[in-house]
Amino acid sequence: MMGKQYETVIGLEVHVELATKTKIFCGCSTAFGGEPNTHTCPVCTGMPGSLPVLNKQVLDYAIAVGLAANCEITRYCKFDRKNYFYPDNPQNYQISQLYLPICRNGWVEVETSGGKKKIGIHEIHMEEDAGKLIHDDWEDVSLVDYNRSGVPLIEIVSRPDMRNAEEVIAYLEKLRLIIQYLGASDCKLQEGSMRADINLSVREAGTEKLGTRTEMKNLNSFRAIARAIQGETERQTELLEAGKEVVQETRRWDDAKECSYAMRSKEDAQDYRYFPDPDLTPVRIDDAWLERIKAAQPEFRTEKMARYREEFGIPDYDIEIITNSKRMADLFEETTAICGQPKKVSNWLMGETLRLMKETETDAEDIRFSPENLAKLIALVDEKAVSTNVAKEVFEKMFLENVDPRAYVEENGLKAVSDEGALRKTVEEVIAANPRSVEDYRGGKEKAIGFLVGQTMKAMQGKADPGTVNRLLKELLS
Amino acid sequence: MANVISDETIEYVGVLAKLELSPQEKEAAKKDMADMLDYIDKLNELDTTGVEPMSHVFPVENVFREDVVTNGDDRENILKNAPGEKDGMFVVPKTVE
Repeated sequence: MMGKQYETVIGLEVHVELATKTKIFCGCSTAFGGEPNTHTCPVCTGMPGSLPVLNKQVLDYAIAVGLAANCEITRYCKFDRKNYFYPDNPQNYQISQLYLPICRNGWVEVETSGGKKKIGIHEIHMEEDAGKLIHDDWEDVSLVDYNRSGVPLIEIVSRPDMRNAEEVIAYLEKLRLIIQYLGASDCKLQEGSMRADINLSVREAGTEKLGTRTEMKNLNSFRAIARAIQGETERQTELLEAGKEVVQETRRWDDAKECSYAMRSKEDAQDYRYFPDPDLTPVRIDDAWLERIKAAQPEFRTEKMARYREEFGIPDYDIEIITNSKRMADLFEETTAICGQPKKVSNWLMGETLRLMKETETDAEDIRFSPENLAKLIALVDEKAVSTNVAKEVFEKMFLENVDPRAYVEENGLKAVSDEGALRKTVEEVIAANPRSVEDYRGGKEKAIGFLVGQTMKAMQGKADPGTVNRLLKELLS
Repeated sequence: MANVISDETIEYVGVLAKLELSPQEKEAAKKDMADMLDYIDKLNELDTTGVEPMSHVFPVENVFREDVVTNGDDRENILKNAPGEKDGMFVVPKTVE
């Protein structure tokens, strides 16, 4: 008998930490990595009588993301309280949006091996992040740091439009690109500035009705997401095959053990008793406001790619990689604007930059060198002031510490010797010291010259232009 | 129209509010809640056809702050509100999900 065919149905809830300077409802800093509770005040620690005031930048970012994701913007929106007790939530409610979220009914288009597909966005709402709970190793207590409490988040809720891990990852990549291009967040899964919860159910292929879904949390890499989808699909399919029911519950993915376990089932599901927050006034977004945000929308990736093809004449593959990160694209454009040599800029980004990023596990967003310095390095090579090998060495230093390449070359005596007299003298010495290679070369072994060039470069400590050395050698040996 | 609050409801509401009620308190709460619901029913007698639901009691909209850091480190004072303190953090009963 043929086994039944099953289909996986996936919807995502994506939380994104917005890149504001201050928290959503108070003037505390959102800077990462401060000493515990040094970015706190009565508002974000939920003290009675304190009053929240909405950060306007949060609205601007949320609207911009909504517009980029083809959403309707709710022109009259407000905040609600979601009530639950947990020590990371000092107010005993989270300020969120239930009834009138800021954005609704959008979509983004993704491309996978299965072709292009629109993924629907049900809504985007604004809310505040919770504090961080740390479990004490020595005593039977937990410790709370409220620095994260009140950091602004948007939650992007998709429709159940995805069918496999590839689509999920393409969707997340698309959101990441949109949001990074907007500058609304750095969207780092590993660091938690982008978090994805996966709602997954399995149903018999061809049926309309959705199966019972589970929600999976704690997914902090694309790899973990792919494995969790695989694991949960198998788990649910096996249950259905065995004639058992899937229990609606929240599951936590353990990436080390490659399995998920139930956190809480629907039976003791929280009753959040949402109600409008009386401390915050409603928000009315007029046409002028929307127009202002629309006018400020950046050029997104698709448009950027088309323009690069027109304007810069660099390979499609380079364009693909460079535009895959806003930071990389900015570096490319700014450096090209200074030096006017797109191909050379692209070569540095595609070659040494990617290599060092991989080696040092650096995200494009964390690249430190400035466009000015990369342009200077390109100029140094053009002027033949440094050889290619020295340039790579300087670049590495620049990549790690954003050193000024001109100053660095000067200070470390790396400048190529352009004084031909001095170079000629060294070449003569090399010729005198290597009679065999000279003989080989004269005897017709063209390759022997490579060795002599190498010897000369070594004697010059790399500070010579190999082209010039080559020319001088040929001249002196002919 | 008298509302009656069941034992299950008062038990559930108690759990949500993290309250442990004595039998006497439960009875008193049941009566109070029933009275409140009766009052809401009274309000429901009003014809509100065509009246837009109110979102806020004050006729105020769009109260915002600019995205500028105005608060410095006030940890010492903030921690005075903590039930206990350790390593600059609030000490709470062990909580593991």
